[in-house]
Amino acid sequence: MKSTSSKKKIWQLRLYIAGQTPKSVLALKNINKYCKEHLEGQYSIEIVDLLKSPQLADGDQIFAIPTLVRKVPEPIRKIIGDLSNEEKVLVGLNIRPLSK
Amino acid sequence: MPGTSKSSFPKTLTGISGLDEVTNGGFPTGRPVLICGSAGCGKTLFAAQFIVKGITDFNENGVIMTFEETAKDLAKNVRSLGFDLEDLQKKKKLRMDYVRIERSEIEETGEYDLEALFIRLNHAIDSVNAKRVVIDTIESLFSGIENTGILRAEIRRLFAWLKEKGVTTIITGERGENTLTRQGLEEYVSDCVILLDFRVIEQIATRRLRIVKYRGSTHGTNEYPFLIDDKGISVFPVTSLKLSYSSSDKIISTGLPALDRMYSKGGIYKGSSVLITGVAGTAKTTLASYFAQGAYKRKENVLFFSFEESPDQLARNLAEVGINFRSMIKSGRLHIHASRPSLQGLESHLLSLYKLIEELNPSTVIVDPISSLITIGSDLEVRGMLIRLLDTLKLKQVNSVLTSLTHIKRIEKDNTVHAVSSLADTWIDLSYELVNGQRQRELQIVKTRGMGHVANNQEFSISNKGFTFKKTTRK
Repeated sequence: MKSTSSKKKIWQLRLYIAGQTPKSVLALKNINKYCKEHLEGQYSIEIVDLLKSPQLADGDQIFAIPTLVRKVPEPIRKIIGDLSNEEKVLVGLNIRPLSK
Repeated sequence: MPGTSKSSFPKTLTGISGLDEVTNGGFPTGRPVLICGSAGCGKTLFAAQFIVKGITDFNENGVIMTFEETAKDLAKNVRSLGFDLEDLQKKKKLRMDYVRIERSEIEETGEYDLEALFIRLNHAIDSVNAKRVVIDTIESLFSGIENTGILRAEIRRLFAWLKEKGVTTIITGERGENTLTRQGLEEYVSDCVILLDFRVIEQIATRRLRIVKYRGSTHGTNEYPFLIDDKGISVFPVTSLKLSYSSSDKIISTGLPALDRMYSKGGIYKGSSVLITGVAGTAKTTLASYFAQGAYKRKENVLFFSFEESPDQLARNLAEVGINFRSMIKSGRLHIHASRPSLQGLESHLLSLYKLIEELNPSTVIVDPISSLITIGSDLEVRGMLIRLLDTLKLKQVNSVLTSLTHIKRIEKDNTVHAVSSLADTWIDLSYELVNGQRQRELQIVKTRGMGHVANNQEFSISNKGFTFKKTTRK
C-alpha cells in the first residue's frame, strides 16, 4: 500500500553551517519546521559546523553556507541558502506533502 | 623572505626564469596577482610552476584550489613539465582541493555566502602552512551559482581575506571580449595583473606575456616572449641585460697559431666574442672550426650550432682541410647541434642554445651562421636575440664565434653585420679576389677590443692542411 511504503521511506539530511550565524540559525529553524510538518518520524538531520570540522567540507563539495544536503534518498541533492522558500525546499528535497 | 627589488614592499620570487627579472624581483608578497589570457595560453601551467618552484626552490609550501580540473588531471597535465604534484602532496608540502559545483544538483533559496569556500581554503593553507596559493579559475563559480550579486561580493571578500592571510596568490581568469577577464576580476585585483597571449605569426607560434599593471613597482612594459617546454616556463629575457660582467685578462689561442700572431697579445681574450664575416665561399666555417679545434686541444667542451650543414656534412668537409671533427665528436667534447632556422621561432632557438649551454658547459660556442636567422626574424629581433645570447655567454665567460654571410662588398652596409658588429669584441672579415683566374684569399682583422692587431690584409690559401698564410705575419 502506498501510505505504508511512503512511511518506511527515510530522509537523511545534513545541514552545513559555519558557527551560529543568523543565516545558519534561520536555515536550521526552517528545515526543522518543514520536516515536522511533512516528514514526521521519517527523517534525521545531522548538523555539521565547518568551523569545528573544516575537513568535512570537501567530502560533500560544500562551498556555500548554509547548505542542506539530502544524503538519502539518492541521488544527492543540495539546497544552498537560508531555506526561506518552503516550496523550493520541498521540491528540491523531493518531499511530497502527506496532508494533500 | 625572498625579494631583491628596490621597491618599498617585499616581493616573492616566482621561480619562473625571466619573469623575476621582468617584474624586478617577483610578485608582491602576500598579495593577489591576476593572470589572465585566452584558453590554452598557459595560465594554469604558470600557476603550477609558481607553486612547485615555491616548494622546491624557496621552501614555501603551496595550495592549489581548482574549479575546472580535478587534482589528478592537473597533476597529469603538469607532469610533462617535470612537476610531480602527487609527490609534493605526499610530502605535505602541497595541498590540492578540487571544488566541483554541479548546478543540476543544487537549488538556491534565500540568503547564503561562500564561507565554506573560505573554510576549505583556510584549512588547506593551515594544513601545510602555505605561503603560496593558486585559485584556478574562480570564474567557474559564475556558471555554478545563480546569484551573481552574492558571488561578486564574496569574491571581493575572498581577495581581501587572502591579503589578510598574507599568502601570495595567483588567481587565473579567462580573457573576455573587451575586458581582461570575462567577469571583470581585474576590478578586484588591483596590485598586479599579467596578461598571457598565444598567437601565430607567419606560421610560427609565439607565446607572449605582458605586465598590464604592477602597482608600486617598476616593471618591464614590453611584451615578452615565453616558452613552455619539458623544464617548465621561461620568459625572455632569461638574463637581465646589464653590462655587469667581469672581463677576463686571460689570453687564449684562436686555434690557428698564425692568426694568434696577428694579435698583439698573441691570442684573444677569454670570454670574448668573435665575428667572422665574408661572402659565400670565403671559408668562414673553416675559420670558425679552428676555434673549435683550439678549445678541443685545451680539453674544453665546444658547442657548435650549425644552421646550414648537418654534423656529418660538416665533419666531411672539414676533414678535407685537415680538421678532424669526427674524432672530436667521438670524444664527446664537441657537440654539434644542427637545425634549420625556420624550424622554430627565434626564441626557441635561443632556448635550445641556453639549454645546451647549461647541459654541456662549453668553453666555446660557435653559431654558423647568424645571417640565416634573419630569414625568420626582423633585424631588430635577431639583434635582440644575439645581444641576449652574447650577454649570457659573456656572463659565463664563454668564448663565442659567430659567422655571418655578407652579400655585398661593403660589409658595413650589410644588415646582419650591422646588427652585431658593435657587439663583437673582435671582427674578422674574409674575402677573395680573382687574380689570373685564381682565388686570392684575404683575411682582415677589422677591429678588436683591448689590444692591437695587424692592420693590413693577410693573404692565405687553403689546402688539405688547412689555412696557410703567405707572408710571415709580424707581431
